Amino acid sequence: MKGHVNAIVVGSGAGGGCAAKELAEAGMSVVLFERGGWVTLDDHDHDELISQRTSVLGNAHGPDNERYRRVRVSPDGKSRIVLPNDYAYGNIAATVGSGTVSYGAMGWRFMPEDFKMKTTYGHVEGSTLDDWPITYEDMEPFYEKAEWEVGVSGDDSKNPFGPPRKKDFPMPPFPLNREGKLLHKTAKKMGLNPFPIPMLRNSVSYEGRPKCYKMRTCVGFACPVNAKNGSHNTVIPAAIATGNCELRINCQVVKITQNSKGHLTGIEYYDDKMQKQTQTADVIVLAASATETPRLMFNSASKHHPNGIGNRYDWLGRNLQGHAYCGAQGIFENETFDDRGSGACVAISDYNHHNPGIIGGAVLANEFTRLPYMFSKIRPPKSPRWGLEHKKFQAKNYKRLGMVMGPYQEIPSFKARVDIDPKVKDAWGMPVARLSGHGHPRDFEGTDFLSKKAEEWLIQAGAVETWRKGHHKHKRLSGGVHQAGTCRMGKDPQSSVCDKYCRVHETSNLFIADGSPLVTNGGFNPALTIMANGFRVGDYIAKEWKNGNKFKA
Amino acid sequence: MKNKVKRAEFLQAGVIGASAIGTGGLLSLPKFLGYKEHSPWRFFTDEEGLVLEDILEQIIPTDEWLGAKDAGVGNFIDKHLMGINKVHQSTYRKGLVSIGESCKLIYKKSFSEMSFKDQHAFLTMMEKGKLSRKAQKDQPDTVAFWEPNEDRKFFNMLVDHCMQGYYGSPRHGGNKDYVSYRMIDLDYPFIIGQNRYEENS
Repeated sequence: MKGHVNAIVVGSGAGGGCAAKELAEAGMSVVLFERGGWVTLDDHDHDELISQRTSVLGNAHGPDNERYRRVRVSPDGKSRIVLPNDYAYGNIAATVGSGTVSYGAMGWRFMPEDFKMKTTYGHVEGSTLDDWPITYEDMEPFYEKAEWEVGVSGDDSKNPFGPPRKKDFPMPPFPLNREGKLLHKTAKKMGLNPFPIPMLRNSVSYEGRPKCYKMRTCVGFACPVNAKNGSHNTVIPAAIATGNCELRINCQVVKITQNSKGHLTGIEYYDDKMQKQTQTADVIVLAASATETPRLMFNSASKHHPNGIGNRYDWLGRNLQGHAYCGAQGIFENETFDDRGSGACVAISDYNHHNPGIIGGAVLANEFTRLPYMFSKIRPPKSPRWGLEHKKFQAKNYKRLGMVMGPYQEIPSFKARVDIDPKVKDAWGMPVARLSGHGHPRDFEGTDFLSKKAEEWLIQAGAVETWRKGHHKHKRLSGGVHQAGTCRMGKDPQSSVCDKYCRVHETSNLFIADGSPLVTNGGFNPALTIMANGFRVGDYIAKEWKNGNKFKA
Repeated sequence: MKNKVKRAEFLQAGVIGASAIGTGGLLSLPKFLGYKEHSPWRFFTDEEGLVLEDILEQIIPTDEWLGAKDAGVGNFIDKHLMGINKVHQSTYRKGLVSIGESCKLIYKKSFSEMSFKDQHAFLTMMEKGKLSRKAQKDQPDTVAFWEPNEDRKFFNMLVDHCMQGYYGSPRHGGNKDYVSYRMIDLDYPFIIGQNRYEENS
């Protein structure tokens, strides 16, 4: 595609891929930018140390340590430069499909309460907890679209807390593995409501892609047989097939360009030969992640947008959220491990909402397969971390672990934020993202509550020794692969960054389609919600376009 | 870095040597330049490498399965200090010196000369950060060799890197012959299509 186009989408992950497809199908000419290239499992094989889950020897799917860095400010105010393979970087993969290539692929819908947290729980002191400007009912058709177009296996008929749905999942649920069966049986005995986790993986062959064959190395890895569904193997190929979408890979977008009146005209980027290029368009959709999207808006400051685009009231980059993971681990007398990946298969939604004294909650589920290096850090408190006893524990208990975790829905904090560092620059000479602040102190009440419930579940299942995880009180800044919230959508332009269609305030043609607009992050993995929202934003732009809106100022 | 320079010199020496073939000097040239033939180490000196391996053997000792030393974990650490872990080079170089000085002061021996039990006791002190704090009276004081908490942090890094080398993929230089996977009875490497499982069970 040469010259001016109708739309630019920056970022080919969960949200960007879905938005690009909607625009291309509506007949708009689209250029989809991706900073990485294509990856396959063969690039790094089943290598635990270079995966997206454990990146001690590098990120399998990027970004690389040579060109990228961020600044992290710890709660005590000290700044340090962090590289992409450091956990503190809060990385999301740099590849076509981004995290949807390597994710654990849980395909959750948020619950109706998750869209109206302030109405449900009231004002929380020191927090920016709020309702979304849209409801679950507004999102429902797009959840359905995401489930069918990307592909989800599941059955929530046994989940009384499941959000209302008009249409079933397109594929049956996955069977439970040994750990899952044990926990399922136990939960029923305890009067809880266990059900199979909805997965963006194929339990049967789907749309020409094969069924999953249950690799141990699933989360953190590309699928060797293409049975895990992400934007890279569903919506992006569909967008390209329309003939209206060009995918431009290995291109680093650095700035949103403007005319003399401050109207946004396109983007500036560096191509794969490090040459600076520009691309103009009528509409710009940012889907570069909840860290990189606000960074790009900060880096595009001009006399018309002096504090960065969409930042007149200092809300850009605020409310950075991920999840406060918590739960429990336990050792069983008999083996729980049967090597049927991805591992996570059974969940309960009993503690997502309406827990006494707790704001929100989380789904609790058994965990993805723990690989050997990761397991070397899983020990009861006070158990040796090295030496012969540590080794014997590894040999004896690797297959006897049970683990239940939950993504506690964080209470948003205005001070948990992304902005840009005044000094540090990346390989393209652009100021890097700076992450600072910390989560809300009352998160602890939720994680403490949930980790006790998780431990109880393991004890009832027969664990001989159990201990809790993630229920600590110390200050922490979240984000990571579930990062969200930094370009909040809202009704009031003075307390949000974009409107309910995720159009940035005071612009006519800049939209956001990643995790950034999410007001709150649900007690669930957010990928399906980001996909659904990508479809919703794309649908709105496409309809407006068809109605003759050219998104001029 | 020292070894890297030596290698560059060695390569140059190779060019000179090649032109000197026939005079019989090729094999002796590197020695003449101070290059240690057959050194297994990229980053570490031979002396550092030996101490490191004895520390690693404490972290994952030999039992019916290979310990960290024989599983090649030293090689793993050495390899990645010349790659993605190059930022940790000075931590290792200085840390090994501080360990040597501390052992000399407390045990009047080098780490490698100490008994297995004393080595374990020493590393336990390091783990607890005791070497960088002022000692109890009548105990030798090693605080001069360490920044506050440096002993604990370096030990944590040693443990972490040791676990990576022993339990990570053999392609990175450790976990010789898949020893840790055999120990925990994991079939590995994956043979796609052969070690998968029956339907719906």
